[in-house]
Amino acid sequence: MSRTYTIKDNLVESRLFLNRIIVAFIAILLLTSGLIVRLVYLQIVGHEHYATLAKDNSIKIEPLVPTRGIIFDRHGKVLAENTQSFSLELIPEQISDLDDTLLRLKALLNIPDEKIDQYQKQRKRQKRFISTALLMNMSDEEMAKFAVVRPYFPGVDIKTHLIRHYPYYELASHVIGYVGRINEAEMKSLPVAEYRGSTHVGKIGIESTYETELHGKTGYAEIEKNVQSRAINTLNSVMPSPGANLYLTLDIDLQKTAYDALDTFDGAVVAIEVKTGGVLVFASRPGFDPNPFVIGIANDAYQALQASENQPLYNRALRGLYPPGSTIKPFIGLAGLEYNAINAGHKVFCPGYYQLPNVSHHYRDWKKGGHGSVNLTEAITQSCDVYFYSLASGLGIDRMHSFLQQFGFGEKSGIDLAGERTGLLPSREWKRNQRKQAWYPGETLITGIGQGFLQVSPIQLARATATLANKGNVVTPFLVNKIVRADSTSPGPETHQKIMPLNPENINNIVSAMVNVVHDARGTAKSIGKGINYQIAGKTGTAQVFNIKQDEKYNENNIDFKLRDHALFISFAPADDPKIAVAVIVEHGGHGGSVAAPIAGKVIKQFLEANNDN
Amino acid sequence: MTTETRSEQFQPPSIIGNILRKLHIDIPLFICLFLISLLSFVILYSAGSQNMDVLMRQAARVGLAFLLMTILAHIDPQQFKRYSAILFGMGIFLLVAVLILGQIGKGAQRWLDLGFFRFQPSEMIKITTPMMIAWYLAEHALPPKPKQLLIASVLIIIPTLLIAKQPDLGTALLVASSGAAVLFFAGLSWRFILAISSTLAALTPILWHFMRPYQRDRVLTFLNPEADPLGRGYHIIQSKIAIGSGGINGKGWLGSTQSELDFLPESSTDFIFAVFAEEFGLFGCLGLLALYLLIITRCLYIALQAQDTYSRLLAGSLAFTFFVYVFVNIGMVIGVLPVVGVPLPLISYGGTSIVTLLAGFGILMSIHTHKKLIPL
Repeated sequence: MSRTYTIKDNLVESRLFLNRIIVAFIAILLLTSGLIVRLVYLQIVGHEHYATLAKDNSIKIEPLVPTRGIIFDRHGKVLAENTQSFSLELIPEQISDLDDTLLRLKALLNIPDEKIDQYQKQRKRQKRFISTALLMNMSDEEMAKFAVVRPYFPGVDIKTHLIRHYPYYELASHVIGYVGRINEAEMKSLPVAEYRGSTHVGKIGIESTYETELHGKTGYAEIEKNVQSRAINTLNSVMPSPGANLYLTLDIDLQKTAYDALDTFDGAVVAIEVKTGGVLVFASRPGFDPNPFVIGIANDAYQALQASENQPLYNRALRGLYPPGSTIKPFIGLAGLEYNAINAGHKVFCPGYYQLPNVSHHYRDWKKGGHGSVNLTEAITQSCDVYFYSLASGLGIDRMHSFLQQFGFGEKSGIDLAGERTGLLPSREWKRNQRKQAWYPGETLITGIGQGFLQVSPIQLARATATLANKGNVVTPFLVNKIVRADSTSPGPETHQKIMPLNPENINNIVSAMVNVVHDARGTAKSIGKGINYQIAGKTGTAQVFNIKQDEKYNENNIDFKLRDHALFISFAPADDPKIAVAVIVEHGGHGGSVAAPIAGKVIKQFLEANNDN
Repeated sequence: MTTETRSEQFQPPSIIGNILRKLHIDIPLFICLFLISLLSFVILYSAGSQNMDVLMRQAARVGLAFLLMTILAHIDPQQFKRYSAILFGMGIFLLVAVLILGQIGKGAQRWLDLGFFRFQPSEMIKITTPMMIAWYLAEHALPPKPKQLLIASVLIIIPTLLIAKQPDLGTALLVASSGAAVLFFAGLSWRFILAISSTLAALTPILWHFMRPYQRDRVLTFLNPEADPLGRGYHIIQSKIAIGSGGINGKGWLGSTQSELDFLPESSTDFIFAVFAEEFGLFGCLGLLALYLLIITRCLYIALQAQDTYSRLLAGSLAFTFFVYVFVNIGMVIGVLPVVGVPLPLISYGGTSIVTLLAGFGILMSIHTHKKLIPL
């Protein structure tokens, strides 16, 4: 206590405090009386009214869940649909002897003990008067058996549900995605009224990105129910409006071709319609069957998917990051022409290695003896590394960075799928900020052949290829072509037009070099150029997974599969009027020309042949 | 000496009584709190769909809360007084930290994740705000002068706004009222009280302007619950039906049909009173209110018996805030107040509020059991 207080002060203070306590106490009593008055009003005066509402004929407001929109591919093939599923459900409160009922059902339908245990567990967690499923996905036979004896099983019934079904299973699982049960976190973030009654929500892929469109608008009905929760009469209702149907740009047959062509390899194939940016193929292998996720995937099955070494849940086409390897060379070559660092006739002598002035380190070419004297066209055709070391050195990292950026490297492609990654387009600034280090000239060289820090995703690579095919008109890839609602139709996402001011002659030089890659006798992908009546422009690439030492020789057969190089291939066709651009990445595939290029060749062939028929 | 001085304190000759006294536990208050915790388990069992997991988790929290209460009861109130300002400052710092982290995380955030448990600074500030105001006012002669009033108001408004920004309207309301209660018990003149209430009334339209859409929704729903039967109005309609259908005697334990038939996620948290009222009827409600009143009366008695200004003001505020808790929750559930997220104290499922509440009672017990033979 402060010493300025006198005894008198303390007395005054105490009395003041006593006063206030009394006032507070009276206020508390008054307010509590208010609560009691209200309770009396509700529980005595209004009791009959509310009891009627609650007991005999309680009016319940039940949500009417809209049917989810269907997802189609570009030719109208169904990619995600709603199918009927029948389940045997019990309401324990309506059954007089549950154990007996379960025993009889077990005998009738041959239900295994574990299902009964599972049911018992779930029942205990469930609110009362809510039916709980004993059997899911009933067969016709089971339904027929039960239907005959149904009158002897009060409180047991067959219920119909619509469940999401993906008829193409693992083929396009990453891009279509799946719906799953709404979890606790989602329950909090989703709008309460809209999802009252909904059990599932899009988790990944198109199902998630377009959740609002696909879900539709929930309606409601005021239903009279008795105390057993049986519906008696519907008073008033607002019908739900079904979710929008989505028509994708994806071609599921082409997707299948690409997916099958990857065969036993892990990898990704992305194909884009050059003129529009519509994504034709978005394949990531291995895929996974999305259907178990809909009904709730068993824990061990999920763990197995998670733990699987080749990561089937991983969307490689969207999120996989790889060094582009030599597929970067056409872009670097174009940069050289655009910045006048070289002209089309400029020649470089390739002895099989490149040296920076005053540095002993040998930057090696993939071909041991070298390519001799090569110009730009030959350098692209034969994928000469030394030419591009020299060109990169002439361009410098700053110009390479700003040129490659225009093609969308180092940024999200803007595709209408969540979870895209930016990849990495290195620059001086990036290295200073992230690594706290200066940029070294050697790093410029290896960036010039698509190694080093450079990391691209398959969708980025496909986009850049399509942009090149489109003569510098930047392509923004998208998947949803048309959204068809009950009352309106709208196109997919908006795309912005951006045109790079490129010299057409320079582009033609690069394109003809890329045609040589496929059609020249010395081209690295000449195997796919045979037997077709159109020209493909392409570029092979091989991305190192690990670094070999200066004097070591890379021998494919001697090293572990997991350390083998990634094979890449970018291409578009027909070269004179490009319609489709394809990027292929085959993990540990070895050589771009022998493994990745044939996959692109198959996709292009099928697409162009189908389009010629029209 | 720190023993009981009043002879009217009833002293059962039992060993338990002796132990409780040694622990600085106030026996009447302890009995009431213990009873209400037991009642909480009974209701939770029914409202939580007879889920034992829910009970076990709640039991762990209640145990922790009682432990904290015992520890705080053991500390001399002069220590609380000494550290009031520091604790308050820490609370404000943590609130700001949470707000900044929330902004980085681009979403509402109320937690600080400490790894083994998640700490909610707004809970701590519920107690440290009245401590701070009581400490500040006790430094000066009462009733407070206008200058002290101004400073005290600022000290109340800062945490209130920080919490309202989270946004957690319910807690902000409780913090503001805990601070205001100190001012009231300090003898704030009636003229000021009138002036402040009329200013607040005038500020209502401005407050409306600053509310988030969902907060506005709640107020609108309160005014007309039937307008949005599937969304926000749903709770109020359903809870009124549940309470009303309970009648005088109720439907008996586990007999509620209304709360059970619905997918009301709040049936074991904020709206648990509806379940209680449906199952135990008007008599049950009166009994529960009586139990609450008993606790509040005991707390006010402790406040009256307190020996110094700081203890008095703090005890009075804690007692009154507890009532505000009860009143706001029940008022919301029976449809006389708008829906703000305030749990039913000591009964609703959820750990943070029970820990803070029992911490408050621990301080009250400390005030009551550390009285000196000769007042300072």
